Amino acid sequence: MIQFFVHGFISTFRGSRTYWLWVTFLLAVSLIGLNAWARQLAHGLATSGMGDEVSWGMYIANFVFLVGMAAAAVMMVIPAYIFKDREMHKIVVLSELFAVAAMVMCILFVTVDLGRPDRIWHMVPRLGYFNWPGSMLTWDVLVLNGYLLLNLYVCFYVLYSRFHGRKPKPALYIPVVFLAIGWAFSIHTTTAFLFQGLGGRPFWNSGLIAPRFLASAFAAGPSFMILVFLFLRKSGAITFNDQVIGRIRVIITVSLLINIFFAGSELFAEFYSDSKHVVHFSHLFGLHGESLLAPWIWTALGLNVAAAILLLSPARRNQGVLIVACMMIIVGIWTEKGLGFVIPAFIPTTLGDFVQYVPSVNELLVCVGVWAFGLLVYTLMLKGAIPIINREE
Amino acid sequence: MSGDQKACAGISRRDFVTGAAVTLASVGAGAAALAPLMDAEEIPTADEFIQKHYRRLTPADKKEIFARLEREIEKQYGKKATICDPKPIDGVEFAYVLNIGRCIGCRRCVYACMKENNQSRDPQIQYIRVMKLKKGSVDLETSVHDYPPEEAADPNYFYMPVQCQQCRNPPCVKVCPVKATWKEKDGIIVIDYNWCIGCRYCEAACPYHARRFNWSKPGLSSEDLNPDMGYLSNRPRYMGVMEKCTFCLHRTREGRYPACLEVCPTGARKFGNLRDPDSEVRKILENERVYVLKQDLGTLPKFYYVFAK
Ligand code: SF4
Ligand code: SF4
Repeated sequence: MIQFFVHGFISTFRGSRTYWLWVTFLLAVSLIGLNAWARQLAHGLATSGMGDEVSWGMYIANFVFLVGMAAAAVMMVIPAYIFKDREMHKIVVLSELFAVAAMVMCILFVTVDLGRPDRIWHMVPRLGYFNWPGSMLTWDVLVLNGYLLLNLYVCFYVLYSRFHGRKPKPALYIPVVFLAIGWAFSIHTTTAFLFQGLGGRPFWNSGLIAPRFLASAFAAGPSFMILVFLFLRKSGAITFNDQVIGRIRVIITVSLLINIFFAGSELFAEFYSDSKHVVHFSHLFGLHGESLLAPWIWTALGLNVAAAILLLSPARRNQGVLIVACMMIIVGIWTEKGLGFVIPAFIPTTLGDFVQYVPSVNELLVCVGVWAFGLLVYTLMLKGAIPIINREE
Repeated sequence: MSGDQKACAGISRRDFVTGAAVTLASVGAGAAALAPLMDAEEIPTADEFIQKHYRRLTPADKKEIFARLEREIEKQYGKKATICDPKPIDGVEFAYVLNIGRCIGCRRCVYACMKENNQSRDPQIQYIRVMKLKKGSVDLETSVHDYPPEEAADPNYFYMPVQCQQCRNPPCVKVCPVKATWKEKDGIIVIDYNWCIGCRYCEAACPYHARRFNWSKPGLSSEDLNPDMGYLSNRPRYMGVMEKCTFCLHRTREGRYPACLEVCPTGARKFGNLRDPDSEVRKILENERVYVLKQDLGTLPKFYYVFAK
């Protein structure tokens, strides 16, 4: 066991110049983020751009996006384990490791959003005062931590067995893999319930939120994994054949189309009925007075639709085109789920007051810092895991 | 065993030196990154940190905590304060009735509330929001929230103050992950300022924009401090916690009226015990046409509006 960790630890210290540059860069940005968070702790959340009107902002937006990224790991796991795709099997652990890193980022984003992180122990069952099952947030704490543990276990067990040149025993991890697949749906569904159960916020109060969350996650997550896989193959770290990419591309295309369909259905209901509640949507799209969000949401929709067209066109088999489409999806869905989902529910306020939200520089630095830290964790885990994956059985 | 693992058994000098340098540098940089904590505006004391939830405190705990808070307040504000903790009275359920026909939008209630309840003055926290509405409809989206004082009492408009509606079915209580906010027996929704973790979920859940968050350290001068305090209502708040209207429970549970009612120059505000058949609020509910805000949400407010002369 110790040998395993020492091996992993040592692996993280050998790498090319690019690797070192990348790690140093991530570390530096994480520290900048830590510095910004320290400033926020010292002077309060007034250092952010939030206020009593828009009381959740960038932190929760990133949180929502990343829960989706973590849940999307299952879209790789399903072909590998259920359809027994051998090529996919080789690299599936890389996406499970990403789920771990995404979970770490999620937990950090919630933590930096708290006014009193020193009281986080109040949320520990038994020790604190846990409002379970009433509060959806307590459900979320449970399922997120559970998902983190399940993925950690699977990654650890598979890598550890391979490290010792053994084949992992199916009985010891396949049931956990299946549990994790089900669990992945639950983390994103629970996160959607956090919002859709609030009657006082009509923008969120729609039964379509959970399915939309899943569809957009299953487009953005695998897009990110394609970029990672292609990069690692190019740098010679791993090998796999193109069939894998083809499969993931199909997953992305289908999810993206479903996502666009859901969004359209929701927009139709809102705009056609034209009830009072449509004001959040019309503000979001810039149809009701001045809106800082409008350019963002239009760009996001444009990116999603353009990516869908690329993925349906014959050019999809071209790797360059695919890479561009993946990037468009990641940026598009991040914008749609972050700015386009969390913030418009607060504008106008429940009493009809239009107050705009602009994140502060300090707040953005904290966000960038959390991202850098998560990517650092992922990079180091990959570095430790890849030599083990590449060993012949 | 593959060659790869053998190679890993030894770690080259160059790797080691780089590794050590990186580790050292990051520890140093980490410490530097945390430097802003040195001028933190508020640091919880050890007693505060381990303090349990209000409802798990024994009478002895409470005595000790109240004494500690009084000492701290005296130190910080140079003024002697008393912290009381009146309990809900059996057979009492409070309700508020606001006569929109009489409200002139002068905002005296807003400022009396601030004075009574020790809200932060810088930044300013107000529990009551008075909206100016065009006659003819109750459309919140076209309401004006920040009209200047000279635009009060305009006969072409009507004015509607909104504060915590003390819902019978409060969404804010349902969503709080740590039960830092709850409904008391007399129907008042309270917050334990020492237990709230500042997640602001309740603020997102409240349909009436009634909750206020302490985005920075509350700024309150000692002349402004009201030394007559309730533990669950107007004692000074911390940075990073939620607060809101409590029907002035430190006054009303002792038989007095809320501050906003006392100051109202037109008598638009009425307050009393809903379970007492002879109370003024009961009379109004029985004889006038009252309504509640956003009835469709099923929050069942105990704050009623009435259009009367
Ligand atoms: S008005 Fe808002 S804060 Fe007051 S009880 Fe209802 S939901 Fe809670
Ligand atoms: S901000 Fe405080 S009172 Fe509100 S839900 Fe969070 S912990 Fe509960």
